[in-house]
Amino acid sequence: MTVQPKINLSPPVSDEVRKTTCYMCACRCGIDVHLKSGPDGKDRVSYIEGNRDHPINKGVLCAKGASGIMQVTAPSRLRAPLRRVGPRGSGAFEEISWDEALQTAVDWMKPLRETAPEKLAFFTGRDQSQSFTGWWAQAYGTPNYAAHGGFCSVNMAAAGIYTIGGAFWEFGQPDWERTKLFVLFGVAEDHDSNPIKIGLGKLKERGCRVIGVNPIRTGYNAVADDWIGITPGTDGLLILSLIHCLLVAGKIDLDYLAKFTNAPLLVVDTGPDKGMIAKNAESQPFVIDRRTGMPAPWDGRGVQPDLGAVYGGNRTVFQHMAERYLSPDYAPEAVADRCGIAAVRIHALAAELAQVAFDQAIVLDQPWTDFRGDTHENMPGRPVSFHAMRGISAHSNGFQTARALHLLQIILGTVEVPGGYRLKPPYPKPMEAHPTPHFVTAPGKPLSGPHLGYVRGPENLALHEDGTAVRIDKAFTWENPFSAHGMMHMVIPNAHAGNPYRIDTLFLYMANMAWNSSMNSAAVMDMLTDTGPDGEYVIPRIIYSDAYASEMVAYADLILPDTTYLERHDCISLLDRPISEPGAAGDSIRWPVVEPDRPGHAGVRPFQSVLLDLGVRLGLAPMVNPDGSPKFKDYADYIVNHIRRPGVGPLMGFRGADGNQEGRGDANPNQLAAYVENGGFYQAHVPDNAAFYKPWNAAYQDWAVKTSFFETPQPYLFSIWSEPMRKFQAAAEGVGFVQPPDHLREQLKVAMDPLPTWYPPFGDAAAAEFPLHAITQRPMDMYHSWGSQNAWLRQIRGKNYLYVPTKVWRANGFEPGDYARVTSPSGEITVPVAHMAALNENTVWTWNAIGKRKGAWALDNCATEATEGFLLNHLISELLPDRGDGRRISNSDPVTGQAAWFDLRVKIERVGPQGHAEPSFAPLPRVVPKGDKR
Amino acid sequence: MTTLPATTVKKLGLVIDLDTCVGCQACVTACKGWNDQGYGALLSDQDPYGANPSGTFLNRVHSYAVQPPEGAAQIINFPRSCLHCEDAPCVTVCPTGASYKRAEDGIVLVNEDACMGCGLCAWACPYGAREMDADAGVMKKCTLCVDRIYNDNLPEADREPACVRGCPTGARHFGDFADPGSAVSTLSAARGGYALMPDLGTRPTNRYLPPRKKDMRQDASLLAPLLDIQATGFAGWLDRLLGKI
Amino acid sequence: MHPAPSVIVFSVLSGMGFGLLAYLGVGLVHLSGWLAFMWWGLGYGLAIIGLLAATLHLANPKNALKAFSQWRSSWLSREAIAAVATLVVLAPVALSDWLTLGWPRQIGLLGAALAVFTVFTTSMIYTQIKAVPRWNHWSNPVMFLAFCLTGGAVLALQPFAGYALAGLAPLLWWVWHIGDQQFGLRAQTLGTATGLDRIGDVTVFEQAHTAGNYLLREMIFVVARKHVVRLRLIAVGLASVGPALLLVLLPHHPVVFGAAALCHLVGALAARWLFFAQAEHVVGLYYGKRQGFDVG
Ligand SMILES: Nc1nc2c(c(=O)[nH]1)N[C@H]1C(S)=C(S)[C@@H](COP(=O)(O)OP(=O)(O)OC[C@H]3O[C@@H](n4cnc5c(=O)[nH]c(N)nc54)[C@H](O)[C@@H]3O)O[C@H]1N2
Ligand SMILES: Nc1nc2c(c(=O)[nH]1)N[C@H]1C(S)=C(S)[C@@H](COP(=O)(O)OP(=O)(O)OC[C@H]3O[C@@H](n4cnc5c(=O)[nH]c(N)nc54)[C@H](O)[C@@H]3O)O[C@H]1N2
Ligand code: SF4
Ligand code: SF4
Ligand code: SF4
Ligand code: SF4
Ligand code: SF4
Ligand SMILES: [Mo]
Repeated sequence: MTVQPKINLSPPVSDEVRKTTCYMCACRCGIDVHLKSGPDGKDRVSYIEGNRDHPINKGVLCAKGASGIMQVTAPSRLRAPLRRVGPRGSGAFEEISWDEALQTAVDWMKPLRETAPEKLAFFTGRDQSQSFTGWWAQAYGTPNYAAHGGFCSVNMAAAGIYTIGGAFWEFGQPDWERTKLFVLFGVAEDHDSNPIKIGLGKLKERGCRVIGVNPIRTGYNAVADDWIGITPGTDGLLILSLIHCLLVAGKIDLDYLAKFTNAPLLVVDTGPDKGMIAKNAESQPFVIDRRTGMPAPWDGRGVQPDLGAVYGGNRTVFQHMAERYLSPDYAPEAVADRCGIAAVRIHALAAELAQVAFDQAIVLDQPWTDFRGDTHENMPGRPVSFHAMRGISAHSNGFQTARALHLLQIILGTVEVPGGYRLKPPYPKPMEAHPTPHFVTAPGKPLSGPHLGYVRGPENLALHEDGTAVRIDKAFTWENPFSAHGMMHMVIPNAHAGNPYRIDTLFLYMANMAWNSSMNSAAVMDMLTDTGPDGEYVIPRIIYSDAYASEMVAYADLILPDTTYLERHDCISLLDRPISEPGAAGDSIRWPVVEPDRPGHAGVRPFQSVLLDLGVRLGLAPMVNPDGSPKFKDYADYIVNHIRRPGVGPLMGFRGADGNQEGRGDANPNQLAAYVENGGFYQAHVPDNAAFYKPWNAAYQDWAVKTSFFETPQPYLFSIWSEPMRKFQAAAEGVGFVQPPDHLREQLKVAMDPLPTWYPPFGDAAAAEFPLHAITQRPMDMYHSWGSQNAWLRQIRGKNYLYVPTKVWRANGFEPGDYARVTSPSGEITVPVAHMAALNENTVWTWNAIGKRKGAWALDNCATEATEGFLLNHLISELLPDRGDGRRISNSDPVTGQAAWFDLRVKIERVGPQGHAEPSFAPLPRVVPKGDKR
Repeated sequence: MTTLPATTVKKLGLVIDLDTCVGCQACVTACKGWNDQGYGALLSDQDPYGANPSGTFLNRVHSYAVQPPEGAAQIINFPRSCLHCEDAPCVTVCPTGASYKRAEDGIVLVNEDACMGCGLCAWACPYGAREMDADAGVMKKCTLCVDRIYNDNLPEADREPACVRGCPTGARHFGDFADPGSAVSTLSAARGGYALMPDLGTRPTNRYLPPRKKDMRQDASLLAPLLDIQATGFAGWLDRLLGKI
Repeated sequence: MHPAPSVIVFSVLSGMGFGLLAYLGVGLVHLSGWLAFMWWGLGYGLAIIGLLAATLHLANPKNALKAFSQWRSSWLSREAIAAVATLVVLAPVALSDWLTLGWPRQIGLLGAALAVFTVFTTSMIYTQIKAVPRWNHWSNPVMFLAFCLTGGAVLALQPFAGYALAGLAPLLWWVWHIGDQQFGLRAQTLGTATGLDRIGDVTVFEQAHTAGNYLLREMIFVVARKHVVRLRLIAVGLASVGPALLLVLLPHHPVVFGAAALCHLVGALAARWLFFAQAEHVVGLYYGKRQGFDVG
């Protein structure tokens, strides 16, 4: 018997392929969704793979994306609008019709709008339509709107915008093709999940060096050639020490500093304007021209700015900077112990940076013209690149640390150059081109302007005359002046405390605030259910839109069930968080590739369309025609027909009546069809002569105007010395009319330093009693709370351990199978531990959001996620301990209000083997039945 | 047919680059997704939302800690699937003839129509590359995506295994080891690709590329100071520095 | 390896059954009439129950018949064929004994040889597996055949059965002792299994999956060391020492043989449970589950 069976080598793959955008995380890869028609003739998703033509993922998918099919069929999907019948948190709901649901919402919201619009607080989590939800909130007129950026990584965004006019996050990326040395600070996964992996793959292929700076050596840091297991919260020191070494050796890009940064500008030395950038009669900053020794316009043609100038007693930013960091306080020997890194390694790293940046410099044979009108016959490049994310941003010193990292990039001359870090359109974009925060309300009227923005000085703070906060989250106050993304993590605590004031209706979208996205989750659950003396809930009404049976659902009074990502239209817009590449602006859509079906139930609706419907019922001007009829049929209609600025709408591609206009043009009724035709996305390519040096590149500036990012060219200088910050520091020193409360003066003087600085993270105050740092990482195969409902993913990672470094493991006599009691200044948990050697010796950690509450996500009450799985959140307080002045400020970065998740300090003790983690909460009654078969 | 072909025309297999694999598990679910609707019975999951879920996967990614004689501990991610051995014990033990190695390309497959689910082949495989499907009662294993690599219904570019196509870092490579000039052969040769447990005599086709040396202190000569700042002071430093321009 | 009851029962019963058939075939017990019917019936019964039990272990029995096809390479296939061949070849002998037809018995010798060969093939199914070092040793067939012949001898009421049984004890200790060393001798570790020993000491950081799977259930069976010691004593006591004493000390009455057989059977089942439970598959290395018993 030597016959091989005949097998069909060319089986048909599917009946049809529909190209849309993944949404199992915010990376937004292109996917090919294969459909087969089932027995009932209905289309069923049979297979999902990456779209090869897509700019983000180029065909690959991550573990989540490839499991999408388990997400659209998950038993945890909500099926109908729900109204709470039992006590809040009891999870007792009744299914109601959409009309009832919408009417209820309107009955709650309308009176508020007519009397006190701020009593509606609308906050969104994983929202990817913030330009839309923000537009809605503005039309409603409440100042209380923000997305999740405040508890996510606003430090990254703000530090980047204020310094280089662009940020890490997914707003830029290394020049993967040309970089020779890549240094990664505090990244486990990031939003750019697949692009970073693809990029790392390219570096590995070329045998380039990758260095990981991270207390934990997993994932990207595991494949890094060098691992620097830094002590959490000390990156700023390490970076400033590297800057010190480079300055001492004179290994800095003077030409770059002189031409493209504010290093040559003069800093006022004395008087009321002390620390401001010196201005000329036309109140323009100026430089001293090396050719003449005389003042010259900062953007003057042929001007050669002098970094060493002293004029009218005022010295250049460069001199202030150099003097600051040349100080022995920043010598490797001085910072080594604190950072947990040997001085010689710091020296070696500095040497390697310099060596690659200067000795291995590259040149692109590409002529270009700068904003001064000077022409350059080529584009020199310094092939050193960096990426950083929450490892530095999720600390209370994260803003300044991120600024420090940008400064390091700048002195090496490696931002927006070949081989360096490249921003993605619409970035680079100067801080000045962003709006300031708007917060002025009037009953029945829209808000004075967009909620979120970039503060220039104290005059922009969102404060009442009496100094109290206008916003419920206290964003844009002296506590956190630059809170450009709002402070979602403070909404529930503040609303509960009635500080600054009480609200009536809390409207949440796509944020699991009763669990993994809150600090101190247990307390938050109590706040949500707490009643006042009158027996009324302290937070009277809660409306929530989720697509799945999450923990948060149980705490709402009204549930507006959303569709899953394959069942609706979405718009990944340049007005928001686009999918651009450094060489091309990009935006994309999702469209219903399958019909939402929830047989036997009222069904689900796309939240954005529901929001428009509510807008109409509330009579919000931009959503209704004069005759009161809806202006937009649904969200798809909005995507096509909404006009933000003349000729500019949510999507840049296929504009104009005949669909051949890019960036600007009238609405095109066939735009969505064109996007579908094109694979779900559109790209506008940056011309070659505009591809680098973008902030200063005349060709890029013109292209950016043409493509609708700006109305006029916006060239600018990188901001080493931050004038807005100095304004706050000056105010803290008593300068100016708008003055901070006294208890914040000292904090402001330190935190608002106009030059990048380092101070110990606030969490370190507890270091004496709580010697260990406790942090979390994103698992590459899970997305926050929502991956565990996925039948495939939960088999890979159905429980989490607290990983303990060797020293601590031995000291406590831990054995495999042990649990440990972990205590922080604000809480205690008992959790399973495991040993990890490749870990900073004073750090413990676990995977984020694996722990689940019993009864949620359609999982069995005995699911390991709900028994052994756990969250660190119970240990993290949203408020810092009283510093002796009776006041407790939020556990956030004092500059931006970024939640300081990773400041957490703990101590740990062995409790031996046990069956389940603590705290364990009562099971949530189910809003959908427990999942059975897949 | 259970006896092994004397030789195979091609030797198709995978190169897995342990220096590049970040352990993202993408290849695990890419494989699950394709084979859940591809060759033979689907890959069932028992108790998928319960306390003890257990499903069939053809590719698993482990994560190991490695402590070198000196220097920091390392974490190395390690994908594990069928190695399509040339002397495949899983094939010769099979009593029904369901397990076989294709003469044309060396792919080791299970003919599910003939499999009686005795599990002996899984016992015989040293690498844990076979998992019996609890619903279908037949043995499942990596097919090297035999239903993709020759599939006329797929665009040329997609005629490669789902795990290779899906791997975000490009740590997985597919090709013919019989051809010394093929990309996989040259890559494996260049980077010292090795086979798993060669002394068991299975002669695996797949190769693993060892991680590159890590944590080598850079011998880049430490930076020399411009001059003695203590002596000259800041002004001296500045003059020397700017004098250079 | 997971000690699946079906396989344990199968191999023990069929082993004893074919053992008895061998003695009957050779004619060391030569009965006739209903006695012959009972004894041959016992032999056939055990063998067949055993084979049926084996099919319980199949996840997809409807293809079981295909198992006869691969005798060229597969010991399992050979076993199936040998077993059936034995039963067929011995049938006329059994018939002639039962109905006292007085047919020539030479063919019985062939049948006996086949019976022993069948048990040998069974042992080879395990012995051939390199991935389970404990099994992959010539002592393994010796052990299977020893069980077959002693068990058979008891059932065949052989006077020397007691001494044969007594011989099992040292044999078992020796087999276990050899077995305990095999994994170590193959020098396979997590380091060699992954090839990462070229870098340093390898340990598991995270399991590939927190959920269960077929490999963990089927190939990675963890049994406590003290358990093993206790069971080894029980196995030796019941399979060997106990029945041996019975047969040596008590008069050779069929009832005594019966008691000895039952005692031996239980001991044999225990020994066979250990045979699986102690056996470690190299795949366990990938899961960091190597335990090793140096208790022999
Ligand atoms: N300890 C610790 N806590 C953390 C962090 C940490 O690092 N450590 N990270 C913080 C950060 S950065 C963030 S961003 C937050 C993230 O935390 P969250 O913003 O809460 O994110 P998720 O839990 O993923 O999802 C929020 C909700 O969105 C729902 N959802 C999913 N898809 C849809 C949909 O299509 N429509 C609707 N309407 N809802 C949907 C999910 O069911 C879930 O209930 O966690 C924060 N919490
Ligand atoms: N697969 C997957 N992808 C995701 C998400 C997800 O849940 N799953 N969430 C998305 C969201 S909302 C966000 S905000 C991004 C966040 O993406 P990341 O920034 O990668 O967020 P984390 O996983 O919290 O990783 C923080 C990293 O910083 C390290 N770290 C902690 N403290 C320090 C420190 O002081 N110094 C240094 N150098 N490192 C430190 C931690 O060890 C960890 O590796 O990921 C996005 N992408
Ligand atoms: S990274 Fe993964 S989950 Fe996120 S969008 Fe891309 S494929 Fe989907
Ligand atoms: S997909 Fe690639 S990088 Fe991810 S685990 Fe698999 S082999 Fe490793
Ligand atoms: S890896 Fe295992 S299953 Fe694959 S061919 Fe080799 S022995 Fe057979
Ligand atoms: S399980 Fe199937 S393929 Fe494996 S040996 Fe048994 S019959 Fe052959
Ligand atoms: S080759 Fe195909 S079957 Fe094999 S592991 Fe990769 S995806 Fe799975
Ligand atoms: Mo985030």
